[in-house]
Amino acid sequence: MLSKLKDNNHVVGYVFSAPFIIGFLVFILYPILSSLYYSFTDYNLFQSPSWVGMANYEKMFTDDEKYWKSVFVTLNYVIASVPLRLAFALMVALLLNKTIGGIGLYRSAYYLPSLIGGSVAVSILWTQVFGDQGLVNSALGVFGIDTDTSWIGNPDTALWTLITLSVWQFGSSMLIFLAGLKNIPKDYYEAASVDGANAVRRFFKITLPLLSPIILFNLILQTISAFLTFTPAYIVSRGEGGPLDSTLLYSLYLYKRAFQFYEMGYAAAMAWVMLIVVGIITLVIFQTSKLWVHYESKGER
Amino acid sequence: MALSPKWWSRYGYHIFIGGLALLMIYPILWLIVSSLKPNDEIFSTAYSLIPSTLEWNNYVTGWKGFAGNTFGTFFKNSFIIVILSTIGAVCSSALVAYGFARIPYLGRGFWFGCMMMTLMLPRDVTIIPQYIMFSEFNWLQTFKPLVVPQFFGIPFFIFLIMQFIRTIPADLDEAAKIDGCSKYGIFFRIMVPLIVPALMTAAIFSFYWTWEDFIHPLLYLNEPDLYPVSLALKLFLDGESLNNWGGMFAMSTLSLVPVFIVFFVFQRYIVEGISTSGLKG
Repeated sequence: MLSKLKDNNHVVGYVFSAPFIIGFLVFILYPILSSLYYSFTDYNLFQSPSWVGMANYEKMFTDDEKYWKSVFVTLNYVIASVPLRLAFALMVALLLNKTIGGIGLYRSAYYLPSLIGGSVAVSILWTQVFGDQGLVNSALGVFGIDTDTSWIGNPDTALWTLITLSVWQFGSSMLIFLAGLKNIPKDYYEAASVDGANAVRRFFKITLPLLSPIILFNLILQTISAFLTFTPAYIVSRGEGGPLDSTLLYSLYLYKRAFQFYEMGYAAAMAWVMLIVVGIITLVIFQTSKLWVHYESKGER
Repeated sequence: MALSPKWWSRYGYHIFIGGLALLMIYPILWLIVSSLKPNDEIFSTAYSLIPSTLEWNNYVTGWKGFAGNTFGTFFKNSFIIVILSTIGAVCSSALVAYGFARIPYLGRGFWFGCMMMTLMLPRDVTIIPQYIMFSEFNWLQTFKPLVVPQFFGIPFFIFLIMQFIRTIPADLDEAAKIDGCSKYGIFFRIMVPLIVPALMTAAIFSFYWTWEDFIHPLLYLNEPDLYPVSLALKLFLDGESLNNWGGMFAMSTLSLVPVFIVFFVFQRYIVEGISTSGLKG
């Protein structure tokens, strides 16, 4: 009887899944719900939360210029960096989709930046690459363009240094595309060539449709992670989001509100707005995917 | 004289793709070389990859660290956090993945759905309430907020290991069952040895993510003797130590050494892991 219970699928299933279920309830579900509650309160960690209704949301939408600034900075960052990153990833993947000597070396070189790109070391490196005496200006000097503008200190270019950093890390998407390209049967291309389709036509009629499910998957994950970018903005602007709030990404502003000003309720409201916005954007991408994502057969991803 | 089309088709590809590759890794090379340049030379000849002399002293001054804590302390802290997190993440994810992939139980679909939602959940949503919760647990200024949650399964790894388990024929489970093996026996004796490659991939990514993690240590650790390397590097940008460029470059380089080593040793697992699961590296 007892041994039967021990090997009962329902019991065993829950034993194996227990770590996730407990973790989900304690570290995910409870925090999400409690943050919804905090978002309707005024809470500074030291006194107990006091209910303020919609006040945090009202202030955010109508009475906080910095909030809107951070929204636009973030949208600018996401809209510029994600498509550029995927475009580079696809382009280089197409170029590397060959079986010749040395290709592994190239693949490693292109992948390396995305391996270390999220680290503090690389963010520090970036402050020096784009600083007033940094690598970029020094390299420009070699070509006779003498300048000592700090790309990071200038509000017009500071965000672009972060976008460059993001695009530089296209390697992991590139590897995913490369794996997708390897799965496209060679005879498709041969048949198309026989029918007289040129390279451009083959790309748009064969490669792109067959890769589109992978592109969709990448687009969604990269968009979500772009919205969450924190480390480079923090390091490059020394935790301030400057100059003139030009690198004040949403995550950084949320961090400042929560952990520099201890406005936990306000920051929780910001987090909930982000959750909803990211959710809507993900849904919209999924909806449009019906128009451009090609599935070879039902049930295949 | 123009080069022949034949020459271009043979070498043009390598020149283009190799040149672009060099451009990509140039900043990394520059970081490494700058860590060996004398302080006054780093910026005066920034474009150059050849230092006039090798200035190993940067590593000595950088290693000294801040306020009596050397980088020995910071590396030790990083390794403690990384090792505990990785053990927790891999073991728990393997258990959960087996449950989801192989055992049909009531509610499995529901919990799997919860996991896929967690996979896409923006970190910012949980960071504030988790902070409040951990401060109520009195876990601030300890490694617990960084390590303990790893022991409850990481969605990305669960997904990765599930994909791998699905490629293993179910006949194996059946055969073992007929031989009188319990579900637990099947998992530990048959499944675990077979999914080692997936576990390796998960361990490698756990190592990277924890090693490079910045925001969580920033929130939970305020005392320099508890800082991991990622947080300690930030101190080079603060006030007094601002002019120790050589030390900053040296310690930044050193912080990437474990990452490079793991990459060159385990490259196969990394490439396969990303290609099959879409894991972000």
